[in-house]
Amino acid sequence: MIEGEKMAFEIVGKRTIRKDAAAKVTGRAKYADDFFEGDMLVGKVLRSPYAHAVVKHIDTSKAKALPGVEAVITHEDLPKLKYATAGHPWSLDPGHRDVADRLILTDKARYVGDGIAAVVASDTLTAEKALKLIEVEYEVLPFVLDPEKAMLPGAPVIHEEKPDNILGDASEEIGNIEEDFRKADHIFEGVYETSIVQHCHLEIQSAYAYADADGRIVIVSSTQIPHIARRIVGQALGMPWGKIRIIKPYIGGGFGNKQDIIVEPIAAAMSLAVNGRPVRYALTREECFVDTRTRHAMKLYMKTAVTKEGKLLSLHMRPISNNGAYASHGHTIVMSAGGKFRLLYDFNSIKYEPKTVYTNLPAAGAMRGYGCPQIFFALESHIEDIAREMKMDPIEFRKQNLISVGKKDPHSEIVVRTFGLPECIEKGKQLIKWDEKLEKYKEQKGTKRRGLGMACFSYATGTYPHGFEIAGARIVMNQDGSVQLQVGATEIGQGSDTVLSQIAAEVLGLPYDMVHIVSQQDTDISPFDLGAYASRQTFVSGAAVRKAAEEVKGKVLEMASEKTGLSIDELDIKAARIVERKSGNEICTLEDIAMESYYDRVNAEPIFGNASYNVRTNAMAYGVTFAEVEVDMETGRIEVIEIYNVHDSGVIVNPMLAEGQVHGGVSMSLGYALSEQLLFDPETGRPLNNNFLDYKLQTIMDTPDIGSAFVQLHEPEGSVGQKSLGENTTISPAPAVRNAVLNATGVAFNKLPMTPQKVFEKFKQAGLL
Amino acid sequence: MFDIVNIEKPDTLEAALEMLTRNPDMKIIAGGTDVLIKMRNGALEEAELLSLRNIPGMDEISILNNGTISIGAMATFAKIFRSSIINENLPVLSEAAVSVGGPQIRNMATIGGNICNGAVSADSAATLLAYDAELKLLSRSGSRTVPIREFYAGPGKVNLRPAEILTDILIPKAGYDKTSGCYIKYSSRKAMDIAMLGVSVVCKTEGGKFSDVRIALGVAAPVPIRCSEAEAYAIGKEISDETMKETGRYAVKASKARDSWRASKAYREHLIEVMVFRALKEAVIRGGGVYNG
Repeated sequence: MIEGEKMAFEIVGKRTIRKDAAAKVTGRAKYADDFFEGDMLVGKVLRSPYAHAVVKHIDTSKAKALPGVEAVITHEDLPKLKYATAGHPWSLDPGHRDVADRLILTDKARYVGDGIAAVVASDTLTAEKALKLIEVEYEVLPFVLDPEKAMLPGAPVIHEEKPDNILGDASEEIGNIEEDFRKADHIFEGVYETSIVQHCHLEIQSAYAYADADGRIVIVSSTQIPHIARRIVGQALGMPWGKIRIIKPYIGGGFGNKQDIIVEPIAAAMSLAVNGRPVRYALTREECFVDTRTRHAMKLYMKTAVTKEGKLLSLHMRPISNNGAYASHGHTIVMSAGGKFRLLYDFNSIKYEPKTVYTNLPAAGAMRGYGCPQIFFALESHIEDIAREMKMDPIEFRKQNLISVGKKDPHSEIVVRTFGLPECIEKGKQLIKWDEKLEKYKEQKGTKRRGLGMACFSYATGTYPHGFEIAGARIVMNQDGSVQLQVGATEIGQGSDTVLSQIAAEVLGLPYDMVHIVSQQDTDISPFDLGAYASRQTFVSGAAVRKAAEEVKGKVLEMASEKTGLSIDELDIKAARIVERKSGNEICTLEDIAMESYYDRVNAEPIFGNASYNVRTNAMAYGVTFAEVEVDMETGRIEVIEIYNVHDSGVIVNPMLAEGQVHGGVSMSLGYALSEQLLFDPETGRPLNNNFLDYKLQTIMDTPDIGSAFVQLHEPEGSVGQKSLGENTTISPAPAVRNAVLNATGVAFNKLPMTPQKVFEKFKQAGLL
Repeated sequence: MFDIVNIEKPDTLEAALEMLTRNPDMKIIAGGTDVLIKMRNGALEEAELLSLRNIPGMDEISILNNGTISIGAMATFAKIFRSSIINENLPVLSEAAVSVGGPQIRNMATIGGNICNGAVSADSAATLLAYDAELKLLSRSGSRTVPIREFYAGPGKVNLRPAEILTDILIPKAGYDKTSGCYIKYSSRKAMDIAMLGVSVVCKTEGGKFSDVRIALGVAAPVPIRCSEAEAYAIGKEISDETMKETGRYAVKASKARDSWRASKAYREHLIEVMVFRALKEAVIRGGGVYNG
């Protein structure tokens, strides 16, 4: 079996080829837009041109009269059911549920782009023409984009249920910060800001819905969370959940934006408006930027107490999180991030006072890192600033304040069982040649100046204990001893199908290519699992896969034991053969057993395993980014020359996929640091750059070679020693780049992104230009 | 889906001109990389398109007997930056052509379309201005040749008469002979982007001095411009960092940069100063020129 520190794995840890590689490379992989029905119609949504306005009256008669238009719907045609869109598991405790503040089509626009009416037509062009024929009378209201202004008395009220616009302000305190601040030798303060960015998955949200012969609603959707989608569509439409069926085909990326229910309820409503005919509702990129989700922009007020020896005593952090017009994941994001950063530095006391605030902007929601890129930009910039002010080496300063193994968070009760961060830091220092280059770059005078920076992070694995972590897996053995693995976890490009297949193969003693994974999830067929988010699949769904595989293995060995007279303990499966455990001698093939399970006239009972696993534990993962930048002192342009992410994510199940996660996560964070920002006109609240020309997502030409390394410690809570990785990769690069720019120029940038113009302006202020 | 009512694809220029004369509302489409975007944005509705793609020979690049280089309006940027005629004689145009969009765009977009679209950010425009290019325009009443400096009328507007087609871009020998140059596209990204500023410099040197300097800017005014004052300042001056920096400062005077959410006036003007200096310096180095810092 695969327990214990020194366990050698056969398949876990290998660079096996992705299960979906051939399908994707050859174009055989089918995405939501690749499915067609003969009588399919197209749906389009009319969006509010105002950031805040009450819909007084809608006249749809002209649109309905346009040939090719099959239906026009408004809020008046739909149930008045407010629902919550966040892709969280349902809670039986009403106090623990997401805020239900959304209608499928609204009677009050809360941001530019809010859905007011929908058209179903024979084709896109007709639908778009019909939208222009809908006449809406608005009562335009004052609006607010800045969360701090939104909290002031007299600010426009966005939701009646929250008259102060504060969506959430739950806070936490550990220890006594007043006492620690009194004891402090030094107190440091800083304010750090991040911007609104978006996931920019290549495949835009798309779904089509129809009613099947039994009157059930079937929705094929590009979602990370099919089982949660079923529940939320049921709630939005006021239909029994069992009457909804969600099918999730291949997905072209999600990054959290598809951990939210956006297109499915309206696609269903469109189909219902035309007697269940299939209707496709696919967003354009311009719509995707405004009507899906964004990353919360945060302003973070930091205040830190330190002793003269450089011991971090206490931290008071106050993030203001701009949630936009609807709750989505809401305050959960900043609270979740608050639970994660606490297990990095050994503060004596922490007061965490976040506020999540409604504004008249597109709704912010889940995005890779779930609040941590914001929190760690502030924390790791602040720590750097403190070390510099105290004239201490920034790495030594961090190291002397790190937590150690055994550290337990008093609120979440998560215990750190493996802590590879110090080793990650050493590795990163060597990779980038830290000491040598720092010395070399000491006295720079030229137009181009180089600098080094680093930043650390901590992250959880899944959502326990605040969230609920259930996963399901089913394994069916075929006649030849190969298996079908069915999982409720969704492959969204992150590689979960591959690593879950590796885990199944490892436990079952099968070659990797004898595990066939069913990549499509269908809520009627697939085991119950919450989906792809929180970097949970390898850990949580992996536990379910292991459990199902053990069940199958037990059944196989039981049959083999009856056949041979040896006890189950004396038997094992190796490379699809039944062997005697001690000697390794082959007894029979796995196929022999499988054939008997199918066709033995007396004992036939095909072998399957069906497991659900409720994972009630967590594992803290760590890592560090080291970056080298070159700054053009005249233009303000920052170029990343070298960058390394070193991760403590426990046992790496597939190094090739792990490196891929690092490449993607780092590149996402470099855009966050340097160029990406969704902009809005302060006069109207309209988006200025909701397209890929003006939203500066970096291209491969802008991306440096990204180095990765892993410190592999066997995490005892992981089914094969693993911890989270997917989101982790995108947390620390931005502050590392910021700290490298500080090292190169002496100028501290406390606001993202560091675009050339912003750098130029700051250089002017600093007298460098 | 695009709102196209009709598309004609004539085989000859004559047929194209006749169609255009009959229906001046027809929109000429070359590579389509600007026209399709306008349709998608709703800026062009119920389009009646006239495609020039089926007319043979409109993408040819050649050197005429008098040394003038002729570039067919339908030549794509991919063809231009791979052309040996262009690379040997107009390397700055090659540099501008390869900076356009990405490979897919460069395979479709044409130099004629780039000019006639009238965008101030057109990567080819500044360089053609710097090379003193001329445009050959054809209509049923005959052809005329206009300097590109006189072609731009305002943002998105060019002096193309009704029922007139741009057939060739001509660069007379005096425009490129014994020159060296440099195009700097300053943009947020290194690919798939439009210029925040385009600087094209073409110069000649003699005995450590500038004997000719031509500086053109894209995205520095409502239309692509030449910096006459800066050019006049530099010509005859000793090649030095000081001369080139001062030329950069003069170039700012020719510009009419404005504040927008894309960039501030102050930053744009700063970039003009810095980039003109850098482009000049690079042009001198490429020309084998020697100067003493």
